[in-house]
Amino acid sequence: MKLNEKELEILGVLEKDARIETADLAKMVGLSIEETESILKKLESDQVIVKYLTMIDWTKIDEHQGVRAMIDVKVTPKQGVGFDEIAEKIYRYDEVQSVYLMSGTYDLSVIVEGNTLNEVANFVSQKLSTLESVVSTTTHFILKKYKHDGIILEQEKKDKRIVVS
Amino acid sequence: MKATKSTYISRTVRELKPSGIRRFFDLAAGMEGVISLGVGEPDFVTPWHVREAAIRSIEEGYTSYTPNAGLLELREEITNYVKNRYHVEYSPSEVIVTVGASSAIDTAMRTIIDPGDEVIVVEPCFVSYSPTVTLAGGIPVPVQALKENDFKILPSQIEAAITHKTKAMIICFPNNPTGTLLNRTELEALAEIAKKYDLLVISDEIYAELTYDDSFTSMASLPSMRERTILVNGFSKAFAMTGWRLGYVCAPEEIASAMLKVHQYALMCASTNSQYAGLEALRNGQGEVEKMVKSYRLRRNFIVNSFNEMGLTCHMPGGAFYAFPSIESTGLSSQEFAERLLLEQSVAVVPGDVFGESGEGHIRCSYATSMEELKEAMKRIKRFIDSL
Repeated sequence: MKLNEKELEILGVLEKDARIETADLAKMVGLSIEETESILKKLESDQVIVKYLTMIDWTKIDEHQGVRAMIDVKVTPKQGVGFDEIAEKIYRYDEVQSVYLMSGTYDLSVIVEGNTLNEVANFVSQKLSTLESVVSTTTHFILKKYKHDGIILEQEKKDKRIVVS
Repeated sequence: MKATKSTYISRTVRELKPSGIRRFFDLAAGMEGVISLGVGEPDFVTPWHVREAAIRSIEEGYTSYTPNAGLLELREEITNYVKNRYHVEYSPSEVIVTVGASSAIDTAMRTIIDPGDEVIVVEPCFVSYSPTVTLAGGIPVPVQALKENDFKILPSQIEAAITHKTKAMIICFPNNPTGTLLNRTELEALAEIAKKYDLLVISDEIYAELTYDDSFTSMASLPSMRERTILVNGFSKAFAMTGWRLGYVCAPEEIASAMLKVHQYALMCASTNSQYAGLEALRNGQGEVEKMVKSYRLRRNFIVNSFNEMGLTCHMPGGAFYAFPSIESTGLSSQEFAERLLLEQSVAVVPGDVFGESGEGHIRCSYATSMEELKEAMKRIKRFIDSL
């Protein structure tokens, strides 16, 4: 699929601010509201825009539970289906947030989320490791999030410039 | 404390008008919750790898003077950059690294002006041009680019202002405050006048990298113009490096070496660590410049379309990061408009008349501000207009 400049601009804006009003978005790219809406519809139905999400820093919330682990998984690819079949088996679990096929020393990078460290450990030892093609797993727990998807979480927002210059 | 006798101050300086931007700065500085569209600098912080290069230079102990003209390495990189980006060839001895483009302009004026020489100043323009002419003993001759021409100066207007004392003209495109960009043909027409009357052109090209629709043409790149152009540029706007105070000037050997005399007596050299930062910016910073330009373009469209929608006519500026809407429909002068907008809705803009006579009836609004702030500012300005 080839997108034109305006469509790419729209995606660029939405990637940074999914809540922007269509009227403002239209002004930014220099199109009418109707034209902008129809581009949005098209991008949504083509699943170029997959979903509009919110980035939340749950660690700020008292009593919030939750741990995240990145798991390096080595697997034996199967003839005919390669890595797709095992990837599919893994991503069907609700605990699994992301699955990526990787280059390098292992094959799949799996991000798992659970309420407690134990919960994630159990998932890895009882479900993930026991899958037929899985050869080995290495689990890394995330201790602190500094920057996520290009956003620094504790960013000072002060404008350091003088007011008029 | 005893009051200083005003006679200690030179007549020239006493008679110099204080900057109109300064007045608004003082007015806005004490207020809370102001959204400022009055800032003449990028809202981006200097890219990290550039900051890091300066830090490294400090760590390695580069804390002494550089040659007066600037680090040779940097001047070489500037010649490459100017050649690749603007298609003009200079040797490093024709480049001086300055303390921002401001010092380049001041040095240029003091280098070329004899007492009584006239310099044509194309207005609206940055507030320093005429005062630097005056301080150098010259006479600034303002010529007004008009709104009906989208603030593009016409060659006939310049020609009409030329006398036997005219030495040079100073122009700035993309322009602060109007954002207007001249295309090659329009620039060529000005060049013809310069050649016909044997004038120097001081071309302030500080916004050269910030163009949004059409590409930029440097005055010095036009046929037979290199020899009569003092090309002023710098790092402030393109690389978001205003606070580093780093600019440069390119001029033919004879002019450059004369300028170097003035520069070395007045300034010695530009800040060493800023120069190391500049080197990194030129070598590896173009990707960030492109990202910033993309972001400015969207914000420009937003602000200009918003102004037009609320009934403030605004031409689409081709470059820089300023919108210059007309506020004539409100019946207020630009000073009144800006002052009341600040006091009633806490939005700071700069009244257009501080940039020259033909700026009256307009306000300069910088869109180098976050989208959140721009959206809020547009709401407040709309509210202000509706309240009139």
